[in-house]
Amino acid sequence: MQEDKSIIEVSHVSKYFGEKTALDDVTLNVKKGEFVTILGPSGCGKTTLLRLIAGFQTASEGEIRISGKEITQTPPHKRPVNTVFQKYALFPHLNVYDNIAFGLKLKKTPKQTIGKKVKAALKMVGMTDYEYRDVDSLSGGQQQRVAIARAIVNEPEVLLLDEPLAALDLKMRKDMQMELKEMHKSLGITFVYVTHDQEEALTLSDTIVVMSEGKIQQIGTPIDIYNEPINSFVADFIGESNILNGKMIHDKLVRFCGTEFECVDEGFGENVPVDVVIRPEDLYIFPVSDMAQLTGVVQTSIFKGVHYEMTVLCGGYEFLVQDYHHFEVGAEVGLLVKPFDIHIMKKERICNTFEGKLLDATHVEFLGCSFECAPVEGMEPDTNVKVEVDFDKVILQDNEEDGTLTGEVKFILYKGDHYHLTVFSDWDENVFVDTNDVWDDGDRVGITIPPDAIRVIKITD
Amino acid sequence: MNKRFLVFLSSRKSWTLPYIIFSAIFVVIPLFLIVVYAFTDDNGHLTLANFQKFFEHPEAINTFVYSIGIAIITTLVCLLLGYPAAWILSNSKLNRSKTMVVLFILPMWVNILVRTLATVALFDFFSIPLGEGALIFGMVYNFVPFMIYPIYNTLQKMDHSYIEAAQDLGANPLQVFLKAVLPLSMPGVMSGIMMVFMPTISTFAIAELLTMNNIKLFGTTIQENINNSMWNYGAALSLIMLLLIAATSLFSTDDKDNSNEGGGLW
Repeated sequence: MQEDKSIIEVSHVSKYFGEKTALDDVTLNVKKGEFVTILGPSGCGKTTLLRLIAGFQTASEGEIRISGKEITQTPPHKRPVNTVFQKYALFPHLNVYDNIAFGLKLKKTPKQTIGKKVKAALKMVGMTDYEYRDVDSLSGGQQQRVAIARAIVNEPEVLLLDEPLAALDLKMRKDMQMELKEMHKSLGITFVYVTHDQEEALTLSDTIVVMSEGKIQQIGTPIDIYNEPINSFVADFIGESNILNGKMIHDKLVRFCGTEFECVDEGFGENVPVDVVIRPEDLYIFPVSDMAQLTGVVQTSIFKGVHYEMTVLCGGYEFLVQDYHHFEVGAEVGLLVKPFDIHIMKKERICNTFEGKLLDATHVEFLGCSFECAPVEGMEPDTNVKVEVDFDKVILQDNEEDGTLTGEVKFILYKGDHYHLTVFSDWDENVFVDTNDVWDDGDRVGITIPPDAIRVIKITD
Repeated sequence: MNKRFLVFLSSRKSWTLPYIIFSAIFVVIPLFLIVVYAFTDDNGHLTLANFQKFFEHPEAINTFVYSIGIAIITTLVCLLLGYPAAWILSNSKLNRSKTMVVLFILPMWVNILVRTLATVALFDFFSIPLGEGALIFGMVYNFVPFMIYPIYNTLQKMDHSYIEAAQDLGANPLQVFLKAVLPLSMPGVMSGIMMVFMPTISTFAIAELLTMNNIKLFGTTIQENINNSMWNYGAALSLIMLLLIAATSLFSTDDKDNSNEGGGLW
């Protein structure tokens, strides 16, 4: 039913740069006339995906179709798309008029038509009377407008925008966001917009595609993505949130922070570990009373303009709370959250799992290193095994040489009472770590795993 | 001593002093002397006779025009050979190593006279007659690196997004080159032309060696006059040549992009 309306179909596309995987089996359909935003942190593959659609790079695997035509190997000048570049890429040897007319002249459009179209495009972006200005004499915002005019004047079926507002200051960016939205409405063409700014994505899009590490994490409307994040990455990346470890007691009842809460989620099973997400604005804060589900002490309080942002410590868990009411630091408060504001997510994993090989009774090889482990019985050396390590048993060291292997801290998630880190090891596999220590994104660390933390499990066919 | 001079000596500006003295002795005074000699006769009287002599002498004018012709041909051949070379060198798909760049620039490490003598020996070895062809070959061989390097520099610094923008707007590979790459590399082309044209117009040693003194270039004429103690006439000819070079460099700096994206060798 949607198939006939899809204008861009990306199916099972992967892109490798040497050893590195930039895109990993990405499938995405964009409907005609939609404003789609590809959102993700830097290095997540969002720009690569856009460049594959534009044709500046070709997919290593998979297929891309635009309006039903297979264009995976088509060079960029034959594709019905136009791009607005992050750094504008206006030709410095041409003035505003000639920059905008560049595409039309190549198509051998009659001169009069070019004149009319260029004027119309300039009017569209609010730059009338700038035709004969030198592009170097324009401000960043004006250059971006010209770049947009240069793209839309060709009447593409799809307009691709690669972080077009990243170089502008905040005020200008907000204005341009509104204008882009207006433009999208009046042009009626499909916009594919790449950004790392979640607020921009929420403001502009009909559909948001959240990407991380070359994979699509979630596709949905801004409201869906914000209210129903599919995993802790999306929850953490979009907006601010409290993410906690919890346990689903049974349908509609979850336990976290030492208390049981009613919720609306079901179908997770009984006594299953889950991630619990509560948005800071969904927590009610008030002086301690019978209503309180949790009681705690205000740790910090910052005025943010519209609201106060407070952290409240409840039984060892820190909660981020946003409220119009102000509570002094040190004040004892009660917190309450309504059942439908508790969002439950299935845990992607409950411990580290590696493929390994038993070397002898007390040594096992995984992550490219040999680790000492508790004596294993009943298995021959050289058997392939599965190795499990709990998140909180992995030890990280400041000094890289102290670790059995080294890695880089890549993603940090605060879980209320501890940090959940993703460490990208030099063996190219992720090690997940729960720790109370503070690490920074990009820190180089040594990784050690004590013998008693390693569980060696026989692989049964 | 003057107080202001003492302040000057103690400031960082005083570091420029050696250079000021140097350029005064080796640049400003000689230029001044050329002008003075050009407008005076043997006895030091002010005169325009030197210029008159030049314009009345068809032989001198012929040499002058011929030299310009040779310089233009050399520059054109250098451009035709140098641009594709620079383009290939700067294209990361065709050339992944810097070694190739060094190989192209390598002849510049060898003294120009040594190279020319080697060329003469080579022509002798293959018994190719020396003459106009040999002269142009020798000049191109000597000066082509000066063309390649500035163009290579601008092409290499060029933001790849310009090329992508052109492709995106519907330009096929040839159109990308003609409408984006070529105009954007003009600063490099201009400075390449200057680097080749200026030295070739005043060259004389290469011409003497490669043509067995059969073809006279303007540089040779100047050198002969000065060698024969015709200082005033020689100075006038030098001045004419300087004015020509100054005119070409003025013409090329007219290009507005020349100032910001330095494509120059130095």
